[in-house]
Amino acid sequence: MAALSAFVNRHQVIAFGAFFAVFPFLMPYKALASQVLIFGLFALGFNLLYGYTGLLSFGHAAYYGLGAYGTGLALAKLKVGSIWLGLAAGPALAVLGGAAIGFFCLRRRGIYFAMLTLAFAQLLYFIAFHLADVTGGDDGLRGIPLLPIHLFGWKIDLEGSLAFYYFSFVIVWLAVAVLKRILDSPFGAVLQAIRENGDRASACGYDVNRVKHLSFVFSAFFAGLAGGLDALRLAVVPVESLYWVTSGQVVIMTLLGGAGTFFGPFVGAGTYLVLGDRLAVFTERWPLVIGLIFMAFVLFLPKGIWGTLVDRLPHRQAAGVKP
Amino acid sequence: MDVSLAAILPQIFTGLVLGMLFVLLAIGLSLIFGLMTVVNFSHGALYMLGAYCTVFLLGFTRNFWVALVIAPLMIGTFGLLIERFLIRRLYGRSPDDPLLLTFGLSLVLVEAAKLIWGKIGLTLDPPKELGGALNLGFMAFPAYRLFVIAVTIAVLIALWAFLTRTNVGLIIRAGSRDPLMVRALGIDLNRIWLLVFGIGCALAGLAGALAGPMRGAYAEMGVTMVIESFVVIVVGGMGSLLGAVVAGLLMGQVVGMTTLFAPKLAEIMVFVVMALVLLVRPSGIFGEAGLAE
Repeated sequence: MAALSAFVNRHQVIAFGAFFAVFPFLMPYKALASQVLIFGLFALGFNLLYGYTGLLSFGHAAYYGLGAYGTGLALAKLKVGSIWLGLAAGPALAVLGGAAIGFFCLRRRGIYFAMLTLAFAQLLYFIAFHLADVTGGDDGLRGIPLLPIHLFGWKIDLEGSLAFYYFSFVIVWLAVAVLKRILDSPFGAVLQAIRENGDRASACGYDVNRVKHLSFVFSAFFAGLAGGLDALRLAVVPVESLYWVTSGQVVIMTLLGGAGTFFGPFVGAGTYLVLGDRLAVFTERWPLVIGLIFMAFVLFLPKGIWGTLVDRLPHRQAAGVKP
Repeated sequence: MDVSLAAILPQIFTGLVLGMLFVLLAIGLSLIFGLMTVVNFSHGALYMLGAYCTVFLLGFTRNFWVALVIAPLMIGTFGLLIERFLIRRLYGRSPDDPLLLTFGLSLVLVEAAKLIWGKIGLTLDPPKELGGALNLGFMAFPAYRLFVIAVTIAVLIALWAFLTRTNVGLIIRAGSRDPLMVRALGIDLNRIWLLVFGIGCALAGLAGALAGPMRGAYAEMGVTMVIESFVVIVVGGMGSLLGAVVAGLLMGQVVGMTTLFAPKLAEIMVFVVMALVLLVRPSGIFGEAGLAE
């Protein structure tokens, strides 16, 4: 057990790949596995900002939604004809949105920041809602084709839940590797320094606001990529992608799993979605149960499932890092 | 576009009524925030419960006036319980934590309301005495809406008198300036926090009770209201009660006027105004820079 946890700790990206390679076979059905993977990526983006930089965004639906609309519009309206171009359009739009909204929101700190991010996400929601000619409005953006991919002369069809799962798996795995690279870089160290003590990081000569803005944009990128993948998965972008409920979901997932931990977002997304899926069998009001569990976590287990688990691992003190 | 004065005047009054609801919600949020640096996300859910409590009490007592008095008191009492048993556990932790907790609470309350009263909203009529329209000389306006304006002004005056003319009000104002010094003077701030949280929640309950006969009661009614109230206190300056009043009335007019001239933009304009204020004056109209940041 100790050897396994030490390995996971040392090779996080490999461990991630190994686990999610077999993950669909552990799930009640394959479509749920893709959903966990994509929402895990969304939560990973949120976690970069909240867990590592210490900025609580209550409006991450904005970047997830922009990503979904970016990919959806590129494929359904502009007919770009390539799944790669379509998928790239999502995070590109999210990054633009994140750069602009981040500029406004970072003018205020602390609790104001949370409220401002929420307000701007609602702004985008209402815009998408009323721009029905472009976004489809309340009906959602429909007609997103799931194009086959061409790799070294091979044509791979993505229809079918297992094929799509492994397509998303490769992309999410790459994203996880990129996140690992960011966190291990000097930039990643500055992020965590800002979380611990912003004034001190500033006194050390770092341009705190610029680093925060960059972190915001990176976070928007991951959220947008998740949105783009979800647009492909669902073949439709519901306008609720931008609604505050979506922002709330990613907050709940990340805190359930463990904010500021590497695997926490995926643990949280898995817990939330599987629990929701099972509870929905019994009652339509399942968010009530999730809400109560979430409140209990904020009160009694602020480190979340993974964060609490990691604290109890034997190698924790010796290694001094969080897996 | 040619819009006559006869169309604009009622719209100003409609905006004023909406502004009054914003003020009641925002002033409660701002009072709580100014003293405790807690942002109560469940404020919208309490507003919603205020409306449902009025419906419930109406069915029970058949008397609107009794319901209008008791519903805010019930919500205020509920607020006391929230502070005592939930928020109090989080003092000394990150200021984000009460926001997260009350977010969870609001989720639970909205779902519980759907469970108890159903997904479809309920309607309730204004009391018979305030049923018709009142002729103001230059135009006629629903009597109940004028009553809402009058009640809000009365409550604001009472709140102002309470904060400036009583000892407890003095302690509240001192506590939001310098809690450490107030504690050093031997005053139990925990009780003051409890009281202020209760008052803030009661104001949300009152807003809901007043809104019920105009807008009906439905589970999601508080969600957009609380987000717009956040915008109001960001624009007014957090912790500033005067700011909450001015920005609340301003936002009411912004929504009212855009509804008249460009209905599709009504929900968007609120946020546009907020973005503009942030660009020009990041701390809000009456805000002090750096408060609780």
